[in-house]
Amino acid sequence: MATLVLTEEQQMLKDSARGFLQENAPVSAMRRLRDEGDPDGFSRATWAAMVEQGFAGTLIPEAHGGFDFGHVGMGQIQEEAGRTLTASPLLATAIVGACALVHAGTEAQQQELLAPMAAGELLTALAVDERPRHRPELVHTRAEYNGAGYTINGCKSFVIDGHVADRLIVTTRTSGECRGRDGITLFLVEPGLPGVEIVPMVTVDSRRAAEVRFNDVEVPAGAVLGHVDEGADVLDRVLAVANAHLAAELLGIAREAMDRTLQYLRERRQFGVTLGSFQALQHRMAQLFSEIELLQSAVLAALSALDEDDAEAEALCSVAKARACTVAELATNEGVQLHGGMGMTDEFDIGLFLKRARAAQQTYGDDRHHADRFARLRGY
Amino acid sequence: MSDLETFRRETRAWLEANCPASMRTPMTGDDDVCWGGRKWTFKSTDQRLWLERMAERGWTAPDWPAEYGGGLGKDETRVLREEMDRIRARPPLHSFGIWMIGPAILRFGPEHLRRQHLPPIVRGEIRWCQGYSEPGAGSDLAGLQTRAEDRGDHFIVNGQKIWTSHADRADWMFCLVRTNPDAKKQAGISLVLFDMNTPGVSTRPITLISGSSPFCETFLDNVRVEKDQVVGEVDQGWTIAKYLLTHEREMIGGFGRTAAGARTVGEQAVEAVGLEDGRLADELLRGEVARWEMDARAFELTAERARAEARAGQGVGNSSAMLKYYGTELNKRRHELLMALNGSDGLLWQGKDGHDGALARQWLRSKGNSIEGGTSEIQLNIIARNILGLG
Repeated sequence: MATLVLTEEQQMLKDSARGFLQENAPVSAMRRLRDEGDPDGFSRATWAAMVEQGFAGTLIPEAHGGFDFGHVGMGQIQEEAGRTLTASPLLATAIVGACALVHAGTEAQQQELLAPMAAGELLTALAVDERPRHRPELVHTRAEYNGAGYTINGCKSFVIDGHVADRLIVTTRTSGECRGRDGITLFLVEPGLPGVEIVPMVTVDSRRAAEVRFNDVEVPAGAVLGHVDEGADVLDRVLAVANAHLAAELLGIAREAMDRTLQYLRERRQFGVTLGSFQALQHRMAQLFSEIELLQSAVLAALSALDEDDAEAEALCSVAKARACTVAELATNEGVQLHGGMGMTDEFDIGLFLKRARAAQQTYGDDRHHADRFARLRGY
Repeated sequence: MSDLETFRRETRAWLEANCPASMRTPMTGDDDVCWGGRKWTFKSTDQRLWLERMAERGWTAPDWPAEYGGGLGKDETRVLREEMDRIRARPPLHSFGIWMIGPAILRFGPEHLRRQHLPPIVRGEIRWCQGYSEPGAGSDLAGLQTRAEDRGDHFIVNGQKIWTSHADRADWMFCLVRTNPDAKKQAGISLVLFDMNTPGVSTRPITLISGSSPFCETFLDNVRVEKDQVVGEVDQGWTIAKYLLTHEREMIGGFGRTAAGARTVGEQAVEAVGLEDGRLADELLRGEVARWEMDARAFELTAERARAEARAGQGVGNSSAMLKYYGTELNKRRHELLMALNGSDGLLWQGKDGHDGALARQWLRSKGNSIEGGTSEIQLNIIARNILGLG
């Protein structure tokens, strides 16, 4: 049975995350990072304070220094971080990295990495995409056994937090064709190894990512994460988790964009009346409200299915992400349009939500990708 | 073992012994629905037995107080539903009495109406219809003109109702009438009950674009209504009407849900279009089917969440307007998709292999979902005003 209403503890976490982020990392802080051209794209001080709040250890078991509070809990933090547009290593390290290690890491790998991750001292980045559109099973990057370990050659694009990561989680091909599920292997790669080249870039949402190139990079056999040739299953799980949490962030973005637009419609006067008195606009907002309500249900169901290891979890994660993409797109587009000329100005925040929404939508597959995935899971 | 588990075990055993096998097969059309009432002809002995057995336990209205209905608590009612779903038992009775006027009488009284009307509703003996809309009062329902003149111990009612569901097959009507023509329009309305056999009541079915006639015009010509047949208080009918409209919205909103055991749209798509390399043979349809199924899943979860929030005493309270709006629009999309999936087969009306044009007729009927019980536009007005604070 899905958790569709938050427990008291989960609600407390949401409230405290909201209070913390609104105070310590509001939209104005994101603006300042952008204007100062911060090379990290996020504030190390804010991240340290988030770690202090326990956010980094939400998905990490207590034995490894975490709090094991579950996906529904982490999703509440993500939703609130969507409202404040807070950039941080939360997604790449505390969600994607933590999930990959908890799910597939050996005892030794977990011992080495999870505690420093929960302490916010070690950052990870998932290097999965090779093309502009997300296609996780298309892997040209090769890892060849060299007698002692593996030699990696290839190039990964749009590696989120690739510019700051202490460990890269890299999908490679150890056998088979470049498109098949069989033959994919995940590696934990230290970015300082000879042959690793990291090219940082700034994205439309003022965050940072990197292209990561591997030129004859030699890694030990112990760097394999999970089993050789069987990485696709791990990847499915990690990406499902990542997408459920991106959906939670997009829910926060959509709600905040709607709230700000409603506020504008209540205040802005034309023709001697408020814009909100026009039925044409009322109906558009009521439709948006309905779409967001359905999104919230889908996000909660996906998160709680992950916590409960439900058989429908991966399908629900795709439902949540696909809907999050279409609804956040609608919310931010309507937001800009209904703010009129002010919506086009850099001074107004609504445009920042538009930009972050598109980046989060494309990250690990947009609504089209997840509709396709859902159809495959349903057998058509 | 908890009481609830004991109840589940006993319920399962009772259903196993008492639900006839033919009442566990999917309903194939309107003919399989049991509405009961004085004019009802049972389609089979099993249909009659199933209604009688369930009615005897009060399980046609399981959560009503024991003196009128089943007397089950919320959890027991849920267990009963789950156990019925498990064996795919058909509902023993469809009833506006159980869904609408019964809950209103339970809530607003008075007591003598509860004693008079609730037991026959539970037994499926009296079929009710709803006299709300009028030719001049559709979306603007409070503008209704049917008048009830005070004649001391009774009213004399004159006017016309429209879109009365199954008025020609119903036994009693719950009817909104104007008892005070001088008051503000919402303030002078009462909800009254009368027998459809009362002199002066006549009905005329309306043929819809689907070819069926589920609705009637109802003419009220000097109809005598006893004063003791007012639900709640005189002139306070609008409060009850709004309560009932909320109920109706929730019911119609439920149309978006996929019935237990029914074939999914995805399965129907595979059957109609076929697979190529494991994918639906038409790429664009495949995308539309996936998007519809994902939306439907999110809608189901939202209906579930609304129930969970109601239990926890949370939620926006006005969720029924949103569910009604979204559920009906979703159902219309489903029928458009089914028509597209079936191509020229969807156009059949009659003739081929005894084909009765079910696809086309259901598609046409679905168009009314977003009109009846308050149009989609009215629901959006309610959301904008009551939830979003626009106005």
